[in-house]
Amino acid sequence: MVDALNWIGGGFIVAGALLSILGAAGVLRFPDVYTRIHAASLTDTGGATLMLFGMGLLGPFGLITLKLFLVWGFVMLTSPAASNALANAAYSSGHRPRIGNFQIVGDDEPEPSSKGAP
Amino acid sequence: MTAPILDANFALNVALLLMLVVLAFAVVRTRSLLAAILLLTVFSLVSATWLMVMDAADVAFTEAVVGAGISTIVALGAILLTRGEVVRVNWKRQVVPGLLAVIVGGMLIYAVSALPDFGDPASPANSHVGRSYLETTKHDIGAPNVVTAVLGSYRGFDTLGETVVIFAACIGVALMLGFGPRATLAPAVDTLGDHHVVLRVVAKLLIPLIILFALYVQFHGDLGAGGGFQAGVIMAVAIILHALVFGLRDTMAAVPARVARTVAVLGVVLYAGVGIVCIANGGGFLDYDYLFTPQVEAMIPPGLLGDPDHVHHWGQHFGILFIELGVLMTVAATMVTIFYGFAGRTVDAIEARART
Repeated sequence: MVDALNWIGGGFIVAGALLSILGAAGVLRFPDVYTRIHAASLTDTGGATLMLFGMGLLGPFGLITLKLFLVWGFVMLTSPAASNALANAAYSSGHRPRIGNFQIVGDDEPEPSSKGAP
Repeated sequence: MTAPILDANFALNVALLLMLVVLAFAVVRTRSLLAAILLLTVFSLVSATWLMVMDAADVAFTEAVVGAGISTIVALGAILLTRGEVVRVNWKRQVVPGLLAVIVGGMLIYAVSALPDFGDPASPANSHVGRSYLETTKHDIGAPNVVTAVLGSYRGFDTLGETVVIFAACIGVALMLGFGPRATLAPAVDTLGDHHVVLRVVAKLLIPLIILFALYVQFHGDLGAGGGFQAGVIMAVAIILHALVFGLRDTMAAVPARVARTVAVLGVVLYAGVGIVCIANGGGFLDYDYLFTPQVEAMIPPGLLGDPDHVHHWGQHFGILFIELGVLMTVAATMVTIFYGFAGRTVDAIEARART
């Protein structure tokens, strides 16, 4: 039983680590600020969730589980808020998301741009 | 003592140290100062992790809080007042500094070979001073965390010096940048727009938690990692977060610059005052065993901290509590004053731009 729990917990931690690596790859490869924030934010919270869950399975049930739960709550509160602030700042400073072959020029109206222009 | 190559701890050390090297090169190579600051933040976080691997919890805590937390904010404040770009220098002017760096680095690497192994029980630090601290702390002071006992009691005079250094930094920055704007000059919240709703809600949830955590770090410092320095910085971060999200005007109404600098002074006065009281009661400076006269000590109920049969060193206990409180006050107030100084300059710059 304990052995199985160890394996499952370890599996969750490895899965969380892989998700985080995926997020890092996304930050490097995605085309614009918003998709990069999206990649970093989702994998960050997802990876942390998986890892903390795995740690909870590995550790003894009790106070440590509660602490891990609180850490999880803290991450779920701060990480999306930080991503929101980042995206907000990017929008305020004039970055517009790239969508298909269109580039948003005005505030909300997408306007056709020359093909493939950044 | 040779570590096997595939030891997990060894591998972790190598990975973290390699990351530090890569980050250091990245910081030097990048042209954007903003990127350099953020990379330095990551550098601090990685080195905090590494210190944690080395079992130096107190140092790791300080590195995470100061290196990754407050110094980033201060550096970003400084960036706002400068160009934020590295000026390209002629390579001829870099030859001498480069040579100096190589020589000093070579000397440091040479010195490493003379250092004792990590955790070597026969090293001078572990066999003389450290060992006697470990042996006598429980009997002399009764604090479970030896780091706190050394920092607060055995080396209380050094810690007073550190607190005064921080206070001196407060005065230095204030002399250069001023004590911050008048609160009325700071931009009001409504000019910041209303698209920061998420931030405000989250900050409103977090600020009380951050202050609670600072108090936990403060009062738990006797038992575990933590103490006045870390708690002071965390407390200051809560105030600075308030200023960043709700606007400087509201924060300066809640914590005026005058209050901040007064608290910075009071912290040093409290610390040194504890030492003076010890002298007045017949001991040495910061000799906490003389903090209370026997009459006062008799008034403390023996069950104040639980077990009434346990022999408490009340003087030591309260001495460390008071000086840590002094450290907390000075550190927190200093950080807030420095932040106000930078913020004041930024407000000035915005005003000047609006006028032209």
